[in-house]
Amino acid sequence: MSLVQSVDNVALLPAYLAAGTAVLVLLADLLVARAAAPLAVAAAGAVATALGSALVGAGGQRSTFCVAADCSYVFGGRAALVGVLFALLTLGVLALSGPALRAGQSPVGEFCFLLACSMTGGVVLGAAGDLITLIVALETLTLPLYVLVGLRRGSLASAEAAVTFFVVSVVATTVTLLGAALLYAVTGGLHLGRVGALLAERRDLLDVPLTTAAVALILLGLAFKVAAVPFHAWAPATYDGAPLPVAAYLSTASKLGGVVALLAVVQRALPAEVTGPVLAGLAVLTMTVGNLVALRQRRTVRLLAWSSVAQAGYILAPLGALALAAGRTADARAAAYAAAVAYAVFFVVLELAAFAALVALRPAGADGGSLDDLRGAARQRPWVGAAFALALVGLAGLPPGLAGLFAKVTVVRALLDGGAGWLALVVAVNAVIGLAYYLRLASGLYAPPADAEAGRGADVKAGPAPAVARPSGAVVVTLAVATLVALAVGFAPQLVLDLAAR
Amino acid sequence: MSLGQVLLVATLAVPAVGAAVVALLPRDRAARLVGTVAAGLTLLATLPLATGGRGWTAYGAAPAVLPWHRLDLPWVPGLDLRFHLGVDGISYPLVVLTALLTLLCCAYTLWKVPDGGGSGRALVALLLVVEVGILGTFLALDLVLFFAFFEVVLLPMYAIIAGWGGPDRRRAARKFALYTLLGSVLLLVGVYVVVAAAGTADLVALTGGAGLPRGTQLAAFTLLGLAFAVKSPLWPLHTWLPDAHTQAPTVGSVILAGVLLKMGTYGLIRIAVGVAPQGARWAAPVLGVLAVAAIVAGSLICLAQGELKRLIAYSSVGHMGFVLLGVATLTATGLQAALIGNVAHGVITGLLFFLAGAIKDRAHTGALAELSGLRETAPRLAGLLGFAAVASLGLPGLAGFWGEAFAVVAAVERGGPLWTTLGVLAAIGGALTAAYLLRLLRRVTHGRPSPAVGRITPGLAAAELTAWAPLVLLALAVGLAPTLVLGVAADPVAALVGVLR
Repeated sequence: MSLVQSVDNVALLPAYLAAGTAVLVLLADLLVARAAAPLAVAAAGAVATALGSALVGAGGQRSTFCVAADCSYVFGGRAALVGVLFALLTLGVLALSGPALRAGQSPVGEFCFLLACSMTGGVVLGAAGDLITLIVALETLTLPLYVLVGLRRGSLASAEAAVTFFVVSVVATTVTLLGAALLYAVTGGLHLGRVGALLAERRDLLDVPLTTAAVALILLGLAFKVAAVPFHAWAPATYDGAPLPVAAYLSTASKLGGVVALLAVVQRALPAEVTGPVLAGLAVLTMTVGNLVALRQRRTVRLLAWSSVAQAGYILAPLGALALAAGRTADARAAAYAAAVAYAVFFVVLELAAFAALVALRPAGADGGSLDDLRGAARQRPWVGAAFALALVGLAGLPPGLAGLFAKVTVVRALLDGGAGWLALVVAVNAVIGLAYYLRLASGLYAPPADAEAGRGADVKAGPAPAVARPSGAVVVTLAVATLVALAVGFAPQLVLDLAAR
Repeated sequence: MSLGQVLLVATLAVPAVGAAVVALLPRDRAARLVGTVAAGLTLLATLPLATGGRGWTAYGAAPAVLPWHRLDLPWVPGLDLRFHLGVDGISYPLVVLTALLTLLCCAYTLWKVPDGGGSGRALVALLLVVEVGILGTFLALDLVLFFAFFEVVLLPMYAIIAGWGGPDRRRAARKFALYTLLGSVLLLVGVYVVVAAAGTADLVALTGGAGLPRGTQLAAFTLLGLAFAVKSPLWPLHTWLPDAHTQAPTVGSVILAGVLLKMGTYGLIRIAVGVAPQGARWAAPVLGVLAVAAIVAGSLICLAQGELKRLIAYSSVGHMGFVLLGVATLTATGLQAALIGNVAHGVITGLLFFLAGAIKDRAHTGALAELSGLRETAPRLAGLLGFAAVASLGLPGLAGFWGEAFAVVAAVERGGPLWTTLGVLAAIGGALTAAYLLRLLRRVTHGRPSPAVGRITPGLAAAELTAWAPLVLLALAVGLAPTLVLGVAADPVAALVGVLR
């Protein structure tokens, strides 16, 4: 075996672009005194990363860092999709954080640098071909977030959130690492494809208790990252304490990272007959508990956080079809993976739109507030309110949020193709529970303000008007773009389905 | 594109574009006018749909669904979803009824916007969106498309109830949304049970069972049947209906009772029975028993009901029970009775809710105890109420008669102890219907005027008469010439019954 490897730098281009963005942001912060400079550099870098990922992905699959047939870095269709999504989500979150940064809540340079680092992790994650690259990429994605969550100056909640997130996440990572180590002990391989082939070939390995333990540890560690029940407790506290744009990043990009990692190991490395039942159980628990607890939330971000826990359940649900023999035929498996990716794409678009609308409706730098703070907001700002309502309705999976409707349809279809009708019914019933709280939030936007209803005769204008500030241009543009994308993929869901199936 | 295809697209596009324009227009009254014009154009677009080829000219056996016009375009191949529209004798009367009722409601809104804080233009826009959803449901010839349109209706209707309804509107609207969403998610699962087994979502190909295994058909019918039973609504899944109807604004109640419930019965005939005939035969006795239970329970509750709109709402449960009994018999007579019952109920109950709304707006109460002597102060209103009530109780010569009478006839014709008993019980339920409607008339129109009624002036607004007159005429026309509905439906029903055997 030659020790000199040829490195395919084209395949690595998206990762270079993302990492280069982080370095340039740091330099810009040092050299240019203006606060807008790092923000502009980070945004330009995110755009470049998105373009780079799309271009490299369009050229077919490229691999590098290979040992014989096993490659540690495989940049194919899925990796390109993940790279583009991460770059665009980063761009969106940068735009959303403009007002908070201008209000002096967080140091601009550090904020942009950390976000760019996190984006780098995400881009590499999609291309990871072995367990170590996967875990390191996932950590690169998450590590900057510990700091970002705690970066709100003078906020105790923010610090608490950061510590909670840090402790839970580090434990999760070590659990995953332990699982990877045990799997190495059993199979002698770390490359996803190699482990998968070995476990498929030597069925006797599945009878070794160590294999089951290894698979379980890897899955559970990754379940922390997607905030699947029962490993979800960190999510609501962390989201609520974090600055709003960071919460948006956590619930879209970070969750997407967890899903991508989980899909990579489930699809390529781990045996479906072991992972299937675990994932089915996780999915049922996650959506049910997430939805039921979300019903009781009074704070907006906590409601969105619990709802995103439930949404993680819908993302995992198609993989639950693997629990059944009928779900393990090649067609059904491919449909299940594609459905999970497609749902994740629909979800991040709608979730970003929801958070963008929330940022637009709240004063600069404020947290999400309680549901009462948003009462009647749509009456004062009809367009933003309508976009928020549309995103929420989409998350609930109903028209006019067609994107959400087709997302649910995709999941149910994949489940029934895999013969898991009971799981489809669980998804269906959960969709009904979900509607209850999404409707409460959405109808609150259109309700007359509380003080106006209480004393109609009294001087309404004298009462404290809900603080609905004029949002900044960047926030509005992000909201508009996210809404338009949601509408577009609602009318042409085949675009997403095709991308997800690659 | 042929003229028929253009008309099919126009039927959906005109109200959709209309809704968008209405929502964007800044001036309230102009926007309502535009909305009414859009609803009128929609009605005009639906009328010529009747001119389509009825024959089957190709080689081979005719399919069980033979649309007069059809339009079939790919949309989302990954989900087996095609934009496949068509109209035939089963859907055509309902399409026209929907377009007509929406036009009347928009025109009514032009005259009077219900209280509740929302603007009139938003209400008209929502009415048009609801119309798109209902028309799409009736026109869809693709299972997944049917489901998508079925869902479109839900939230706009929720918004209509929650935005312009009575004092307890939020709770009623939420109950409506959650209940009917439960129905439609079951529909989603049922649709994909069928699609996964058959590999296609084309209703034309699927009608008649398409060789689906018995187990799949039973599962599919259970899911689809439950879904449509919630929407229809079938006792004991009806509890969302009285609240929603009572709290909804007048136009909302009219659309709800007039056409929205028909999505359930239409779906039952076209989708559930059509796609899973073995399942339908298997579940028919259960469906029949529940339908008769709905008739009897609905009538008994009505006898004890003290609120005008609530009484009419519960009467819907009973009337839809007759429709469902007709479907459950799975005979040509029964299905015909169900179709004409559907149309008749839409016309008559639409009228009843308009009248109840008018009375409530004038007297500021709907409690029967506080209403009496209406014919003393407002004889024309009382006369119209009498006409609508008599039509509703199924007087021969008016629209309500045919559906109820022939549902009973179909049950008795079906024979056997079970169906004969059901027929007899349904007939008794029909008698109870007469009892509570006459009780309603005695309470509201006769006697000395109560203080609430005493304030009412006899005049009726021109807008009200315009909205009501078409319904009165239709109730008469369908009653005197039931062939208006039965004529167009005869062939498709015969084809459907043909594949049921």
